[in-house]
Order: sequence, then structure tokens, then C-alpha cells
Amino acid sequence: MRTIKFLLQKEFRQIFRNKSILAIIAVMPVVQLAIMPLAADYEVKNINLSVVDHDHSTYSQELVSKITASGYFRLMAYSSSFKEAMQGIESDQADIVLEIPAGFEKNLIREDEQKLFIAVNAINGTKANLGGAYVNQIIRAYNQDIRLELVQPTRMNPIPVIEITATNWFNPSMNYKVFMVPGILAILVTMVGGFLSALNIVREKEVGTIEQINVTPIKKYHFILGKLIPFWILGNVVFTVGMLVSYLLYGIVPLGNMGVLYSFIAVYLLAVLGLGLLVSTFCETQQQAMLIMFFLMMIFILMGGLFTPIESMPEWAKVVSSFNPVTYLISVMRLVILKGSGFRDILSHLGIIASFAVVLNTWAILNYRKTT
Amino acid sequence: MNDLSNRAISIKADLLTKRYGDFIAADALSFEVYKGEIFGFLGANGAGKTTAMRMLCGLSLPSSGSATIAGFDIYRETEKIKKNIGYMSQKFSLYEDLTVLENIRFYGGIYGLSDGAIKEKSEAIIARLGLQSEADKLVSALPLGWKQKLAFSVAILHQPHIVFLDEPTGGVDPVTRRQFWDLIYEAAEEGVTVFVTTHYMDEAEYCNRISIMVDGRIEALDTPHNLKQQFQADSMDDVFYKLARQAKRVDL
Repeated sequence: MRTIKFLLQKEFRQIFRNKSILAIIAVMPVVQLAIMPLAADYEVKNINLSVVDHDHSTYSQELVSKITASGYFRLMAYSSSFKEAMQGIESDQADIVLEIPAGFEKNLIREDEQKLFIAVNAINGTKANLGGAYVNQIIRAYNQDIRLELVQPTRMNPIPVIEITATNWFNPSMNYKVFMVPGILAILVTMVGGFLSALNIVREKEVGTIEQINVTPIKKYHFILGKLIPFWILGNVVFTVGMLVSYLLYGIVPLGNMGVLYSFIAVYLLAVLGLGLLVSTFCETQQQAMLIMFFLMMIFILMGGLFTPIESMPEWAKVVSSFNPVTYLISVMRLVILKGSGFRDILSHLGIIASFAVVLNTWAILNYRKTT
Repeated sequence: MNDLSNRAISIKADLLTKRYGDFIAADALSFEVYKGEIFGFLGANGAGKTTAMRMLCGLSLPSSGSATIAGFDIYRETEKIKKNIGYMSQKFSLYEDLTVLENIRFYGGIYGLSDGAIKEKSEAIIARLGLQSEADKLVSALPLGWKQKLAFSVAILHQPHIVFLDEPTGGVDPVTRRQFWDLIYEAAEEGVTVFVTTHYMDEAEYCNRISIMVDGRIEALDTPHNLKQQFQADSMDDVFYKLARQAKRVDL
């Protein structure tokens, strides 16, 4: 125990003298949480719309103004021909072309039926998908309006209609920030913990100080614990700062118990730090460690369910993400913060992360060699 | 110092070998070092000095051969060896971002010294090295010579049986080198065995016995006086030159 006391003393002195580490802890959560949720926006706005109106009628005017009034679209051009509008798509100035055929109004009134044509630029998949869906939705709503106007409402609908009313539970206003911020915080905690711990031991290798440690009778697990504990505390600090920022900037207050969150984070950090330490035992230089951590982080971020739901991934990817610690943290963060889940609901997550922690740290201790 | 052979044996190496694939870095090294002796380890760059020293310190496992350090087996009792040795590597390896006192305190703590002993030792080292006004400065701010003297003092902080010094005076000015050797003599006087590698032939003269390594093998081992006679040389420089030019290995 005394050895650990000396190790901790040394480690904390070094941390507090290292301005860049302090900056990472203080600035990274604030800046990232302030900027990233604004950029990682699921609502697609400013979709560039190009309209080809062959009809020039009141109805076609009304439809276009309904679409532009939705706020999602920017009317880029009124083209006279579809060919012209296509050029807009080709030069990436337009995302969607809406073609209104000649006689739109006339046919709609006389024959109660009309067709519209939408061409979508699918280079940006998300924008195309959502843009197409928005246009569809608006046209359907417009369709309803016209029906009301043209068809005298009877007591009973002449055609059976199923109308859907949806309620969004746990995030009633579908505020994507409430959904993204906990996820981004999860990534942040992972990055800070993983990088700091991985780089720390490798730095000692590079500078040569580890050589001096390795000729002492220090026990391997003492040394690893001496590295683990300071960064565990730092990880908790980053998490706390992150929670404060998400409260102050986005007003996010966890529905669930903070104690549940902190107890999960406590175990989670052990797993992430264990990974960092394990990586450091394999690397000789900070550059190697950095590249390996980047590789892992990319997988962690993209396969952790932050941007895309894991349920929609192919089977092999689901298997990969089940070995991704970030998956569990993001899930627990959302469960506790948005849904107010309790300790019992996250127990299986906790169990899995705890076994990650045990495996990674044991492996790191075994792989750390005082003698080569 | 002619009665060295009657003294207890500190280091005993028998056919100690380290191979890296086809490359034999240290080839069947056999020698004995006696307690309280200053044992010089000479050789050109890449001759295998550091490899040999790292094996003796328990930093690197030998490929074959055997050795005992302070009576402990080099394979099975590395951790016991580590309690009984001090080591100062070629590269300065105290923590630059800790102060002089913090470094002493840290290593004292790691070696299990009591708080009282750490305090006493710290004061003694600061006083001996004349670092009173630098005690609370970061080590990175010290000039190289002082760093090396501090590193040596830290290496013998826990009163080890043996201290291994890997080119301790590289890049240090002659005056500081002299002072450094005073420290070595003081330690040897107290019974610490000193195992030192060097490139300076004047330093070789300060050793009780020296061995000269060429291409991973020990080619000569005796007192400086005897070596000069054996090789009919005027100075250690000549002895070294005669042996080292047989080397086939290029600088690593």
C-alpha cells in the first residue's frame, strides 16, 4: 500500500505540472459538448429545392409555398424544363427537383387525381432520404387539405381511412440534442480515459524512466494500479464536467439516479483504462500508441450506436459492437438520462463492462514485462 | 587491493549469452566480481556492454548460461536481485518533471524506505552534492553533470550490494567526472560493488579490474596494470586500441 501511495503522489504531481493534460480535462468536454451536438444534427434543413412548374396555377403555387414554408427547404430555382433542373442537381446546387405537370390543377379538380414527380440527388444519402420523406409528407398533407376543399365531408368517410397519431416517449419533442449529448459525452469519457492511460506508460518508455522503475522491486500490479487510479479519478472529473456542461448548455437533467450513472462510469472507466494500459504494453512509442488508439476509437465511435442504431446493423457488425465498450455506455447513458432507468435495468450492461474491465486489466498486467 | 580474490563474490557469470535471432550480442561471458570492487566494463560501441549489464540487472533474460547476483539466481530470483542492486542507465532516467527532492522521495518510497530514512537520506544527498538551493527545482533545470551525480545518488539510495553504472559520465565535463568518481570511491569504500561501463580510458585506470569486450566476447580481464604488461602497452588507450581494432562488428 505504501508503494501505491508514492506512485500516486508522483503521478498526480506530474499531471498537475502538465498543462496539456489539464487543458484536455478542462477544455475538451466543454468545447466538444458545446460544438458537436450542433453539428451532429439529425434534422436536415436547407434542402435545396428546384421546382419545375409546368402548370403555373393557383394550386401549384400553393403547393410550392407550403413546401417552402415548412422551413426545411430553400427554393433554389424555378426552372422551365426538367432538363434545366437536372443541371442544378448535376452541379450539386439542387438536392431535390419537384416537377409539377401541366394541367395539374385542372386534372386534380376534374379527375380527382394527379401525379407529381420528385427527383432526389442521392449523393448525400441522409439529406436525400429525409428530404424526399419531407416532400412526401407535405404533399400528403396538402392532399388532405384539397380533399376537404373539394369533397364535401360526409358524416362518414366514404373510403376507410386509418389515421396514425404518434407520441414520442422519453423525448416528447424529439429533441435530437437530448439524444446526442449523452452519447457524445460517452465518447468523450472514453477518449480521455483511453488516450491518457495509453500515452502515459508509453511516454515513460520513450523517455526511459520506465527502465529505472523496472530495476526496482516494484510489483507489476502496484505499478499498473499507480497508473490506473489517477486516470480513473480524471475520468470521473471529465464526466462530471461533461454532465455540468450538458445541464448548463442544453438543460439536460438525468431523469434517473446520478448514483446509478456514477456507479456505471466507475466500472466503465476501469475497462477503458485497462484497454489503454494494454495498448501501452504493446507499443514502444507514443506515435504507435496514438495510431492504435485512433483505430480503435474510430470503430468505437462508428459502431457504438451513437449515430446509427445497432439494431439496423448486419449480424457481423452487431457482434463487433457487442465487444465495443462504448455501445454499453451510450446505451446506459440514454437509458438513465432519458428514460430514468434504475440500477436493476442496467445490471446486465454493468456485468458485461465489469468483465471487460477484469479481462483487459489482467491482460495488461500479464503483458507488462519488467524483464524482456 | 591484491587480496580481492579472498573477498566474497558479488557477481558470478558463467557462459552468459544473449542471442537476438542469429545475432549474438553477448557471447559466453564468464567472470566474477568481488564485493567492494570497482569493476570496469570496456568495449567499443555495440560490443555488447549494455546487453550484458541489462542481463545482470534483471532487465533482460539471458538466452543461455547462468549467473548469480548478490547470491541470487538471474532466472528465478530477479525480484530479489532488484532489491539488492542499483542501476543507472545510459539515458538519464529520473523524472524531469519532478523536483530533486521529489525524485529522491519517490525512489526511497519505491524501495520501501521508512519516512524517517527517506528524510535522512534526502538531506544527506542534498548536502553531499551541494544542491541546497536546487532541492526544490525541477530536475529538468539541472545541468547534465548534476543530473548524473543525482542519478547515481538515487541509484545507491537503498544501500544496494551492487550498483550498475552504464556510461555514467558520458558527455560530462572533466571536473564533474572527477567528482563523480569521488562518489564512486565513497560508495566502494562502504562496501558497494561497482560495475561500470565507460569509454574514457582515464576512468578505466580508476577501476580495480577491467574487462574488455570485443564483438560480444570478453577478450581481456585483469587489473589495468597487468593488462598494460600483457599487451606491452604504455597506457590503457593502447590496450584498448589493440583489442578493439580486431572487432569485425560495425557500430550498431
